[in-house]
Amino acid sequence: MTQEGSIITDEMRKLIGVEGTPTVLEVEKGFIRMMADSIADPNPLWQDEEYAKRSKHGGIVAPPAFLCNARAGTSRGVQMKSPFLRALAGGDELEYYLPVRPGDVLTSVSYISEYNEREGKRGKMLFTIIDTKYTNQKGELVAKSRSTYISY
Amino acid sequence: MTETKQVYWEDVQVGSEVTTLPKIASTQMLVRWAGASGDFNPHHYDDKTPLAAATGGIIVHGALKRQWLVQLMTDWVGDQGWLKKFSCQYRRLDFPRRMASLADPAEGETWQCKGTVTNKSVEDGEHLVECEIWVENGQGEKTVPGNATVVLPSRGG
Repeated sequence: MTQEGSIITDEMRKLIGVEGTPTVLEVEKGFIRMMADSIADPNPLWQDEEYAKRSKHGGIVAPPAFLCNARAGTSRGVQMKSPFLRALAGGDELEYYLPVRPGDVLTSVSYISEYNEREGKRGKMLFTIIDTKYTNQKGELVAKSRSTYISY
Repeated sequence: MTETKQVYWEDVQVGSEVTTLPKIASTQMLVRWAGASGDFNPHHYDDKTPLAAATGGIIVHGALKRQWLVQLMTDWVGDQGWLKKFSCQYRRLDFPRRMASLADPAEGETWQCKGTVTNKSVEDGEHLVECEIWVENGQGEKTVPGNATVVLPSRGG
């Protein structure tokens, strides 16, 4: 039932828990480098094989920041519905279980886990929470993320 | 490549500071991040869109600032550490510097990524350190507060 005055419609509630199309990403060294360089992160752990061999991981890994974006994860195929046109990212939570390495094939699946609404300074605001799970080619859970999108 | 000095669990105490990471957001960095991350929302590169007009200009991607905070932690924990949990909230908008030349941003704001240790514990054999982290703008305001839990190596092995 849609509550009186609620902006969260039955149609929107039906989308809770519906998984989007899995996003599959083959992780390449060049892409890892591009990601790291784009934000000026010179850590040799992401780029220098000789250096990375001596690390905890024994080889190049992707920075943890690699996940939770349009290429590696997030809401692809998840239908975000809102009565509002303006949207902003509210925040992200991530839990990392395993490193992502070159050659890995990452699959991410997202779904809407909940909606919240709040009265803001400029009227009603809708919070859409999207959860994503990331697994590798061995079926191991690599990470989980929870992102909040605000529309108003 | 320079070797980073490894921090150990025993080296840090509640209240210890995470080594500050200065960052400069430029329009060029935003374009590079858009290309790398696949976030092509024009709000981050076209200041004539209605959204950019509403926010007073193009804004730095929340996810880009998140990457800065992740770098703050991965720089600090070094090659033997692990970022286990991370969260941040995009509380205030940040506006990038324009470019002055092909490679250099114009004079302007520099952001500081900072953190302090809030808790230490050992759970399931992991030496954990919890930190409060944030991005500070040029006016000293926290625009992206967050929390991180890292695993550090222990001198005890």
